[in-house]
This record gives sequence, C-alpha cells and structure tokens, in this order.
Amino acid sequence: MNVFVLIKQVPDTEAMLSVKDGNSIKEDNIKWIISPYDEYSLEEAIKLKEKESDVIVNVITLGPDRVESVLRSALAMGADNGIHIECSEDLDISARSRILAEAVKNESEPDIVFIGRQAIDDDSNQTHILVSEYLDLPVTTNITSFKYENGKVIVEREVEGGDIETIEMDTPCVVTASKALNTPRYASLMGIMKAKKIPLKKVSLSELGDISIEKKTNTKRLFAPPEKAPGRILEGEPEDMVKELVKILKDEAKVL
Amino acid sequence: MSNSAIYIEIKNGKIRKNVNEVVSIAKTSGSTIYGIIFANDIQGFKDQLKGFDKIINVKGEDLDFHPDLYSQTITEIISENNIEYFLGSYTFQAKEIFPRVAGKLTEASLINDCISYDFKSNTATKPVYSGKLLKEIEILNKIKLITFRPNVFPTEELEAGSPEMIEKAVSGVKRSRVLEVKKSESKSIDLMDAEIIVSGGRGMKEKENFKLLEDLAGLLNAGIGASRAAVDSEFATYNMQVGQTGKVVNPKLYIACGISGAIQHFVGMKTSKIIVAINKDSEAPIFKKADYGIVGDLFKIVPMLKEELEKVL
Repeated sequence: MNVFVLIKQVPDTEAMLSVKDGNSIKEDNIKWIISPYDEYSLEEAIKLKEKESDVIVNVITLGPDRVESVLRSALAMGADNGIHIECSEDLDISARSRILAEAVKNESEPDIVFIGRQAIDDDSNQTHILVSEYLDLPVTTNITSFKYENGKVIVEREVEGGDIETIEMDTPCVVTASKALNTPRYASLMGIMKAKKIPLKKVSLSELGDISIEKKTNTKRLFAPPEKAPGRILEGEPEDMVKELVKILKDEAKVL
Repeated sequence: MSNSAIYIEIKNGKIRKNVNEVVSIAKTSGSTIYGIIFANDIQGFKDQLKGFDKIINVKGEDLDFHPDLYSQTITEIISENNIEYFLGSYTFQAKEIFPRVAGKLTEASLINDCISYDFKSNTATKPVYSGKLLKEIEILNKIKLITFRPNVFPTEELEAGSPEMIEKAVSGVKRSRVLEVKKSESKSIDLMDAEIIVSGGRGMKEKENFKLLEDLAGLLNAGIGASRAAVDSEFATYNMQVGQTGKVVNPKLYIACGISGAIQHFVGMKTSKIIVAINKDSEAPIFKKADYGIVGDLFKIVPMLKEELEKVL
C-alpha cells in the first residue's frame, strides 16, 4: 500500500516571532519543528505500517534546504522514504497545494494520504482539502481515530458541539489529523542513526511538469498586532479581591 | 455591479447569528447580495433573512450537512450567477465547504479567518501564527472566497426586505459515508459559542479539581476550557484545549485559573474582551496579559468567587 504523509516545517509553538522587511519572519534563532497536526498524521501512518505488512510510508515536504530537517525527523520516527520538493520561492497556497498533489502523483498512485488538519504557521486551513480536490480524492478532516480494513478507511471525527461521527471512505482517500488522534513517538537513537543513512529524494519543480505557480494571492504586509495595555493586579485580602473583581466585572466591564 | 453570495448557516433550526455579521461586511462592497440557504421549508426562516437582495434556496431529498453535496451545489451557484465574492463566517461547516469550493473553481482563491476586508483593494487581514502576527493578503483572482472570524464584527440593524427567491436543486455525490453519530455526553457549552469561558491549567493539579470550574461555569452559563499543560497531564480532554494547537476562542469574559500563560495558550484566547487570571505565582506571564489578576490560591479563590457571584447574579 502506498501511503503518503505531507508535512510542513514550521516555527516551534513557543517561538517568539518578529518581522523582517515587512513581509516575512526573522529566521535566525528559530527552532523548526514538524507542524504538530502533520506529526499526528505521520505517527498514524507509521502505526499503520506496523500493523499491515505491505505499507510504504512516503513523506513529502516542500520548501528551501532547511526543510530537510523535518524529513530526517520523519525517517527517524519510522517513515520509509523522504521526498524533498525543492523550492525557495514564496508560493501562495493554491500553488503549494497543486505542487504537493503533483508530487504525490509523481511517486505512485496513492492509497491513503495523511495530512495535518492545519499548519500552525499561516493558519490558512485549506491546503489539506485543496490537495484532496486536486488529487480528486475524498477527504475526511479532523480525525480522532483511524482504522483500515479491506480497502476501506473508517475514522472518527469530532464535529461541532462535541458529537463524534464515524465515517467510512473507500481508498484511495485523504484523511487529515486532529490532535486527539494519537501521541507521536520520540525517535529512538537507533532510528536517528538509521535515518541519517537514508538518502533523501530531491525533486525540482520542473520535474513535476507544467504547474501554474503564478500568484493568485499576494502578501502585502506582515506585522505584529498592537500590544494590549497592561492589566491590573488586585490587592488586599482574598475576600476583598474577589468582591472587587465581581464588582468590576458587573459594573465596569459589564461582562456578566 | 458585482455579485456577492453569503452562506446562510442553520444551527439547531435557526440561522446562525454570525450570518448577520457577514451581511454587514458584505454591505460595504456595494454589490448585489445573494444568500444561499439549504432548506426544504424556508417559511420559518423568512423573518431572519435580513439584508439580502436575492435568496438562492437549495432544496433536495437529503439536505443533512455533507461537505461533498454542499460544496458542489455552491460551486454551481457561484458559476451560474457570476458570483465574485463568496463569504461566510469561519465556522465548523465553513471550514469544510470553502476550501472544497476553492479547489473546484479554477479562478478562485480563499482566505480564511479574516478580521477585516477591504473591497476596494481586495485585501484581507488575518491572524497568522495563531495571532502572534497579522498578515495583509491581496486576492488577485477573479473569484474571492472569504471567511470571517466569528464574534469580531459588529452587526448592523438590517431590514428584512423582500428578496427575490430562486430555487436550486442540491447536487453532488457523497464520497464519504457517515456510519454513526455519537451525541456528546458533555452538557457543557460549546467553547466556540460561549460568551464566558472558565479555563484551568496545570495549577488545577488533578482531574477531579475541574469540578470547581464546572461549578463556577454552571453558575455563569460558561464553557470550560483548558491549557495544553492541563490536557497533556490528562486533567482535561483535547476538545477543551484552548491555544495554538487547540481552539481559538473569543468570549466576552475568559477566566484563567492556574494557567501560567504560555504564548501558545495566550494566542488562543487573547481576543477575549476581558481576561481574568487567578494564579498563586505572582511572576506567571498570564498577569502581564490579563485585564484583572488575582494572585492567590485558586482552590480558595474560585469557590469564593462563585459565592460572591451568586449574591449579585
């Protein structure tokens, strides 16, 4: 079975970010990680490989040379192949999604494609579905459990209000991970050593054929939101502070 | 003049209040405003349909929400009616529909979760990195798909009017099958709808102590949230997590109990109108971000707060 995991390299969630030249972030001192939702996808793909005998886990990422690190991490966790689509240009979301879809097709006919439900950098929350549309495959988003049985994928997902839907799709299909799906493993030392020896496959955009990467959206400005004015720490005995707080919430802030 | 269309979402038999926010934004475009509603019997909604010039009423045997059917039908409506702007509130359903429509139309681009949009320059502003930064994005494509963050925009008084009604049959093929729906056992308020949220962090110490927050939330009719630390320690479940890898909420009042205020949590609740922090560590970063802070033991303060609130509510 050909399983694909599409991952993105993003700044760590704890990173403090600042803006460079008004339209990008300063990259010095940033710790880069696999976008968390992509990492849940990856873990689920590796679990599937451990359960079924014929699974090949192919991990694809797109970007400049620095994104190699997430492929190494993925291989160390247990993925079979790392594919780096080389591109240092700043592309818009629809171009990125088209490239990722073509990159999958360029390898082989996929059976299951795993993606995170959202990357935590641009928060555009559409790449996973756009890739599915461009691959013309059914997709179920935000999954919290995953099962593969006889050519069918059965997943659970949390929908609005906390209800849980059980959904079935025929393969080939796309599933996109929520946090509740699993807890990603730490790579073992042996895994890390082994991963270093696996050659990464490098693919240039031109090898993927004629994909339109013309910008349909253009980033005009990236900036820090205005800082909130510092608040007030209440003082006195606990009883007094609580009384004062309730009074403020009711009469001044009027939020009760 | 251009045409705009708005997705009219129905929740629990009513039109979502956020639809009015989107209509108010669409009014600034000066375009003809279409509403798209999926309902076999529209009578009950008529007095809630405000500010529209035309209503496209989608009908069909099975109108239960399914992303494949809804997105295919809307894609056809956009093409058939020369819609230039397709707008909606950034809700659970919109997150499913809008990207599918963007993928099906060759000349469309989507920007999600916008906090402003200028129709003259076709420029959206949206939070990125969970709101650590903001980004201005210009849409160059012919068809512009935009979803707006709920509860951020004021709603204008809109008039009911008498929009032209157009019928449309639902279309598309379901490519995933819903086998079962388990209703949520939790009676707590959905965080995305809650006007008040009471939230707990690592300082709650154990799962059972969330009972304290439940009591307070019950009184305030509030939702119950949690920090990533509390979820990772299994005091709370993931559907309660507020933050960069959880839900991004914007209630009127957010009460953070025993939450230190890591950036990843803060970005998930910073647009709350009022933030209250209760924490025993006076150095906790949350106090720099809260509007009001109480330094003290939450196990004393929270019950006291509940008692005091009972007197005034």
